[in-house]
Amino acid sequence: MKKIDPIQWLKYVLCIFATFVVLFPPYVVFVNAFKQQQEKSSPFALPESFFNFENFSVVIERANIITSFSNIGIIIVVSLLGNILLGTMVAYVLGRFDFKGKALILGSFLFAVVIPTITTQVVVFSIIKSLGLFNTLFGPILLYVGADIVQIYIYLQFIKNIPDELDESAMIDGASLFRIYSSIIFPLLKPATATLVILKTINIYNDLYIPYLYMPKKELAVVSTTIMRFASNNQAQWSMICAAILLIMIPTIILYLFLQRYIFSGVMGGAIKG
Amino acid sequence: MGSMSYRTQRLLIIIGFLAVPLALLCIFTYYPAIRMVYLSFTDYNGYSANAEWIGLDNYKTIFTNPDFFGVFLNQIPYVIVGVIQNFVALMFAIILNSKLRGRNFFRVMLFLPFIMNAVAVSFMFQYVYDTTQGSLNLLLGFLGLESLQQSWLGNVNIVNYSLASIGFWRFMGYNMVIYLAALQSLPSDMYEAAKIDGAGRFRTIWSLTLPNMTKIIQLNMFLTLSGALSVFEYPFVLTKGGPVGASETFLLKTLETAFQFNNFGLASAMSIVLLIFVIILLVIQNAVIEGRDKNK
Repeated sequence: MKKIDPIQWLKYVLCIFATFVVLFPPYVVFVNAFKQQQEKSSPFALPESFFNFENFSVVIERANIITSFSNIGIIIVVSLLGNILLGTMVAYVLGRFDFKGKALILGSFLFAVVIPTITTQVVVFSIIKSLGLFNTLFGPILLYVGADIVQIYIYLQFIKNIPDELDESAMIDGASLFRIYSSIIFPLLKPATATLVILKTINIYNDLYIPYLYMPKKELAVVSTTIMRFASNNQAQWSMICAAILLIMIPTIILYLFLQRYIFSGVMGGAIKG
Repeated sequence: MGSMSYRTQRLLIIIGFLAVPLALLCIFTYYPAIRMVYLSFTDYNGYSANAEWIGLDNYKTIFTNPDFFGVFLNQIPYVIVGVIQNFVALMFAIILNSKLRGRNFFRVMLFLPFIMNAVAVSFMFQYVYDTTQGSLNLLLGFLGLESLQQSWLGNVNIVNYSLASIGFWRFMGYNMVIYLAALQSLPSDMYEAAKIDGAGRFRTIWSLTLPNMTKIIQLNMFLTLSGALSVFEYPFVLTKGGPVGASETFLLKTLETAFQFNNFGLASAMSIVLLIFVIILLVIQNAVIEGRDKNK
């Protein structure tokens, strides 16, 4: 018979306790999202029926959930395309060539990490306004593309591991430098791109600050701002708010459960490299 | 392009590929930072054409008026909770890196809060913390711990801990995954050697794992501390800085100063102060790391 190891038991107890703490708030939201307004049961109790979708249809109708999903979808896709394109370009130039002023340019990209985007908004706000991008989807897109430079870090780390011989043999075959970038470097940076897509999607989807500040217009609401507006307009209607929370959480949770392996390696890769 | 010499191509690529990213970097990072330094010495109101130079007045206001500097005290609980969060994350990383049935399930569960939308999480916790209907108070009642029941967001002594705990809930798993990554990159032969030498479980963690993790612990601590300095979402969504300003954070105050009271000069000075704090933090941290390396 195997010896019982008390430390092994302690590990299970801790893990189960932590899982309970993680699942407790979402559980309460989940069961209450199905309750009718007049159901006066305890917050822990199961609803009378899990087929009461009334709250959800009210939320979809009143809160423009669908518009806000499509807005954030557009912002994420366009920002990611911009990040991937510009990030690989910078990494190719800084990772492959030596030229005058390279150290300065590299340094200015790296030092920018020290200046948190959030502290410069007072001035950035007037720049966006004067570009005529206030209250458009392009304001946040430009900020997600231009003001965040994590991608340059990640790509620079990855490009080091692509052997220079690949470039050299392509040059012997007479390939242009642009072709080397587009058909050798860009495809080989794919793992870095995957990391980037995961990290940025989570960040942009969860961001409140930028959409709140730059797109107050109702038609431009994204998921974060929609739920905020909905909750403050329907205060104390808990089952409604729970339904709204559930509606915007379900898509990400499903994606997470399917992609968890890639998300983990993305977060791990981004951290170790950075 | 193939017909051009590699010299010309190189030049074209360097200029062509760097022009846009560099322009963006200047417009959205360096120009704002420099302009902010200038504005912090003026009384700029955000719309009029000219601003008056008022010297160090804005900085004097920040450091002498407790209305402004006092809010930093509200952020201390975030630091405390953040440090605890890192220790807990490290502990779970070590647990979930060891042999354990269902460890992948636990990893998935503990990381889950990180992918949830921050605003949705904030409202979820409004329901947890609510005094009369909140699930936390009901749970305490259920366990017979009525004496611990609280007005979690209404008590000035507790509100910042309550808000910081939301951050704990959301980011512990994220920190844990980063620690896990670091643990997995440690060479396994090191552990085998320790085992052969007869080192026990805790001894191995203490003298082998932790010393090899200092860099990543420092990184996580920096992220935690700079996160604590720039807290925004939870008080903004849940308390609006209340009750009586007890949960106001520096960033909340900056936004209010700029966009509600149109005092962009003062708000710029506040941003600069925050920026300097972040830089000081970085410098101290680097000094600590280097000092340790030298002592070895």
